[in-house]
Amino acid sequence: MTLLTAHRAPSRLRVVAWRFFQSAQGRIGFAVLVLLFLLAFAGPGFSLWSYTDKDFTAFLSPPSAEHWFGTLQTGADVYAVTLRGMRKSLIVGLLAALVSTALAAVVGAFAGYFPGWPDRVLTWGTDLLLVLPAFLVLAVMSPLFGAGQWVLFVIMLALFLWMVTSKIVRGMTISLKQREFIQAARFMGVSPVRIIFRHIIPNLSSLLIVDATLNVSAAILTETSLSYFGFGIQPPDVSFGTLIADGSRTAIYAPWTFWFVAGLLVITVLAVNLIGDALRDAFDPASQRPR
Amino acid sequence: MAGFLARRLLNYLVLVAVAASLAYMLAASALDPRSNYADRTPKPPPAVVDAQLTELNLNDRTPLLQRYATWAGGVVQGDFGRTVTGSPVNEDLKRRMGVTFRLVLLGLICGSLLGVVVGAAAAVKQYGWFDRLSTGLSFLVLAMPVVVLANVLILLGTLANERLGHRLFLVSGEYSDGLDTGFWGSVGDRLRHLILPTISLSLGLIAIFSRYQRNTMLDVLGADFVRTAMAKGLSRSQALIHHALRTALIPVATYFAFTFGALLTGATFTEKIFGWHGLGEQLINSIFTNDVNTVAAIACIAAIAVLCASLAADLLHAALDPRVRAG
Repeated sequence: MTLLTAHRAPSRLRVVAWRFFQSAQGRIGFAVLVLLFLLAFAGPGFSLWSYTDKDFTAFLSPPSAEHWFGTLQTGADVYAVTLRGMRKSLIVGLLAALVSTALAAVVGAFAGYFPGWPDRVLTWGTDLLLVLPAFLVLAVMSPLFGAGQWVLFVIMLALFLWMVTSKIVRGMTISLKQREFIQAARFMGVSPVRIIFRHIIPNLSSLLIVDATLNVSAAILTETSLSYFGFGIQPPDVSFGTLIADGSRTAIYAPWTFWFVAGLLVITVLAVNLIGDALRDAFDPASQRPR
Repeated sequence: MAGFLARRLLNYLVLVAVAASLAYMLAASALDPRSNYADRTPKPPPAVVDAQLTELNLNDRTPLLQRYATWAGGVVQGDFGRTVTGSPVNEDLKRRMGVTFRLVLLGLICGSLLGVVVGAAAAVKQYGWFDRLSTGLSFLVLAMPVVVLANVLILLGTLANERLGHRLFLVSGEYSDGLDTGFWGSVGDRLRHLILPTISLSLGLIAIFSRYQRNTMLDVLGADFVRTAMAKGLSRSQALIHHALRTALIPVATYFAFTFGALLTGATFTEKIFGWHGLGEQLINSIFTNDVNTVAAIACIAAIAVLCASLAADLLHAALDPRVRAG
């Protein structure tokens, strides 16, 4: 029994995970992201202030023992508000990335698997979304996102992130379709939908996982820009974008209102990008890193 | 080739028409120009508001399809209608297109040239100190949204101004009003306004272009034809510049064309933050003022720009890469 397990080939997941944690990028990115998640979800518990509290004895006061990151013009605690905004941005980013990558996989695989009119219709729809200015559509629809409707915002955000990946998936599906194992499944009478979900999409998993990771950072960045101009997350909800917009107005004489949240945003996106890059290398058997 | 191009062009035209129509429908149904009149004092009588909105083709009591037909009829003749204040959209946008064009062209040229140079230099000494430094910096820049980058630049600019004792960097607008310093004075003034927005546009591009150029250059450096070029007696630098760089530029050139189209509206955030009165700034303003016709016109321009750019990218690719022409 021990002999058997010792000689079993390591699973693909194990190999990828091992290669991922071998690289410094992967280790650092992963550790930083875990820390940020801990901070976003457990961090508010350590502070005396919640994000709705206002300290009427300290307006725009610099960082101190009482207010770790200082306070805003309204007397709100920057630490509490920033963590709240970070939590929202992380959730929005993760969800939007998941939805958009799933959409890219399904649309791309169907377009590649069914030549003829389904392919033409799906490709045309993809092109159309590429041509429509995403910012404009999201901004025009922004009145609908108010008052707790941020899930709709996530879906709309995802709707404009998937097109390029979907084109790649389509191309790869066309070549996968010629492979023996797909042919065999087809001749055995497996239904096309089942082939797509059981054989084609799992075979593209490495591409999709890397894409989903990079989409997280893209979604966070887009969310920030939209919210900055008031087109994204609406008050009373806060996110990185709304906080940076508020902070940039007071940044010159109250640097703490801007730099903490801007710094955390950059660190978050940086960590996600590092993970994506390390994952890409880990999935790619041909990649060689020094040492 | 001609047949292929014609078909491509036709497909693009249909796409632009559909995208512009969708944008119009969306803007017309989501934005509410009537609310502009609600907080005027004294409150205009409803009949007057109705008449004005109808004249501007913005009345939400007219069926959407009828408004669309009126709008589309105008657009086919090259007239994008009127803004909420009654002035023609065409003239306003024509002026703004020039502003955006100048900003984007300069930013794109700086960004792509520097990016290509940085990327090529990084690839030649792979894993050297310059490669590591440029990789690290481009990761940092790519993690910064434009809104953060622009604000950081403004803060640094103000700090530098304080240190220097005079205002070197001007952070708002395209030029100072009422300046009377002659020709060179106004050129200098415009340049001082240009520095920060250009940096803010080009830093991101440098990061992207350098990553892109580094990767294609690395692919090419190992290729047989570079070894052959050195074997026939070219020096390493000659082989790198004449053979490797030129080949590695092909995908970057196509990317350049594509970015230009995307940037025409992509400079939105830069324009808005630095107070340049370009297309992007007007897009944000017109959404806030419920200006349906302007929003639709900018969407139309953006769609045309993206499609022209991808057509240009196709043509450029064909011109640079003989294999595409043959195939």
